[in-house]
Amino acid sequence: MNAPVNQGTVRRDSPPRLDVVRLRQDFPILYQTVHGKPLVYLDNAATSQKPRSVIETETRYYGEINANVHRGVHTLSQRATDAFEAARDTVRRFINAARHEEIVFVRGTTEAINLVAASFGQRLQPGDEILITEMEHHSNIVPWQLLCERSGAVLRVAPIDDTGELKLDEFARLLSPATRLVAVTQLSNALGTVNPVRQLIELAHAAGAVVLVDGAQAVAHRPVDVQALDCDFYAFSGHKLYGPTGIGVLYGKGALLESMPPYQGGGDMIRQVSFAGTTYNDLPYKFEAGTPNIAGAIGLGAAIDYLNTLGLPVVAAHEQALLAAATAQAMQIPGLRLIGTARDKASILAFTLEGVHPHDVGTILDLEGVAVRAGHHCAMPVMAHFGLPATVRASFALYNTAEEVDVLMHAIRKAREVFG
Amino acid sequence: MSDLRDLYQELIVDHYRRPHNFGPLAGANRHAEGFNPLCGDHLSLSLKVVDGVIEDACFEGAGCAISTASASLMTDALKGKTEAEAEALFAVFHALVTAEDATSAEAPLGKLAVLAGVREFPTRVKCATLAWHTLLAALHQSDQPVSTE
Ligand SMILES: Cc1ncc(COP(=O)(O)O)c(C=O)c1O
Repeated sequence: MNAPVNQGTVRRDSPPRLDVVRLRQDFPILYQTVHGKPLVYLDNAATSQKPRSVIETETRYYGEINANVHRGVHTLSQRATDAFEAARDTVRRFINAARHEEIVFVRGTTEAINLVAASFGQRLQPGDEILITEMEHHSNIVPWQLLCERSGAVLRVAPIDDTGELKLDEFARLLSPATRLVAVTQLSNALGTVNPVRQLIELAHAAGAVVLVDGAQAVAHRPVDVQALDCDFYAFSGHKLYGPTGIGVLYGKGALLESMPPYQGGGDMIRQVSFAGTTYNDLPYKFEAGTPNIAGAIGLGAAIDYLNTLGLPVVAAHEQALLAAATAQAMQIPGLRLIGTARDKASILAFTLEGVHPHDVGTILDLEGVAVRAGHHCAMPVMAHFGLPATVRASFALYNTAEEVDVLMHAIRKAREVFG
Repeated sequence: MSDLRDLYQELIVDHYRRPHNFGPLAGANRHAEGFNPLCGDHLSLSLKVVDGVIEDACFEGAGCAISTASASLMTDALKGKTEAEAEALFAVFHALVTAEDATSAEAPLGKLAVLAGVREFPTRVKCATLAWHTLLAALHQSDQPVSTE
């Protein structure tokens, strides 16, 4: 299979294709060798690479407009504030949030979830329940465990089956009037499973629960519409979306965010401070104490602009083709076992290789220039489900090619040979 | 540029596939557990120490080729050594897999020298040293499990 390359004319009966050869040039980091081999970057689920426009946006910010936001009367401060708020609006449009102030800038998915646990969590009582799934990332497990310790609430876990799909009937059965919050990933970073979040949200709402969707993996691979989903919270990180590290987003429904107490105290989040008492700022600033990652937010805006010029549906189709090709080829390799074979999957190929520890596979692949992740992927309960200490995970992004899938498969076969 | 076989030498692969001294140790009087949280590897080491001499050593657990081969070769090397000699061997081995220069390769490590290639792979040094840190814990009879992190 050849890399889907735009031939210049798009036939009307076929969807537009990504010109991967050309767009790879937008990612300077891809042009290097590792151990003497061309870099094949397949660790995109850990973090994605950044297009030049994102890198240049950050550089330009520091070189031309850096100033603190929301607090200066001078020109630079106004420019920085405008750029920062423009980025917020770019994010709003990207996930189709109804209101600007429903977009809270945070450090990443982890902080977004911790914010909800700390703030929304204050209304939880002993005996209340939080429902998550067995496939969650540690960052969508541990904050809830901590909250349960603090509040006396109980954590319930909906199990997965051996293909890595959520058991929907069990999920539905675990919902009850005691369920106050459901926290579920849209796309599993360890398995590639895409959850039917729309349906899960409907079920949860019917039980009276509030729903947080962990979109850390999903946003880069599927168009997200928080209003269509009707989720109460949606969390994601900039760095998995071709944006900078240290910036992320918590979307929350306005009325819900209004009703929640602040998360951190400090500058920017207040209206009036006196020792008699303090009143808080409006949304979203109530949740943005301190000087934010201004450059990061603007860089994230640039990343979203970049994705929008390509079109997320086109990107998704390209990645889906890569995943299909990789899956088919992987199944031809003796001793290779796919971990995560859900019907609806995206971007992630996790596997084990008989007789070769995942760490050794990772090192051998690295020697071939192929960057993958070997380990538990911050999803130890998933590893426990499959009785494994670790897996190898290749994850695809918009700049990966069919040739790179071939290199990956060749390297996996090499690992088999070493341990033959 | 490092070659695959610099790291994964035959001897390492052999010890991974058929580790020596693998299993429980009857009459063991020293014991320690080691973990590498990064990769989920787990190793438990048992020693039989009589009059300050390590008469026997065995290990159990699941790990990668590097950590398994290291534990296998280490337990081979420990037999007959005094506790002081074992600690000295730890220091020499540690230098072998972490040192910038290769001078320590001349130290009397025997087959253990096969692990020298790990030096080129900083992310894998912890795999090679897991068994050895567990050894120190066993010798010092620490009840705390050892962690590489
Ligand atoms: C599904 C999922 N949730 C949450 C996170 C945490 O994201 P971050 O480390 O950017 O906060 C990740 C990242 O690995 C993830 O894959």
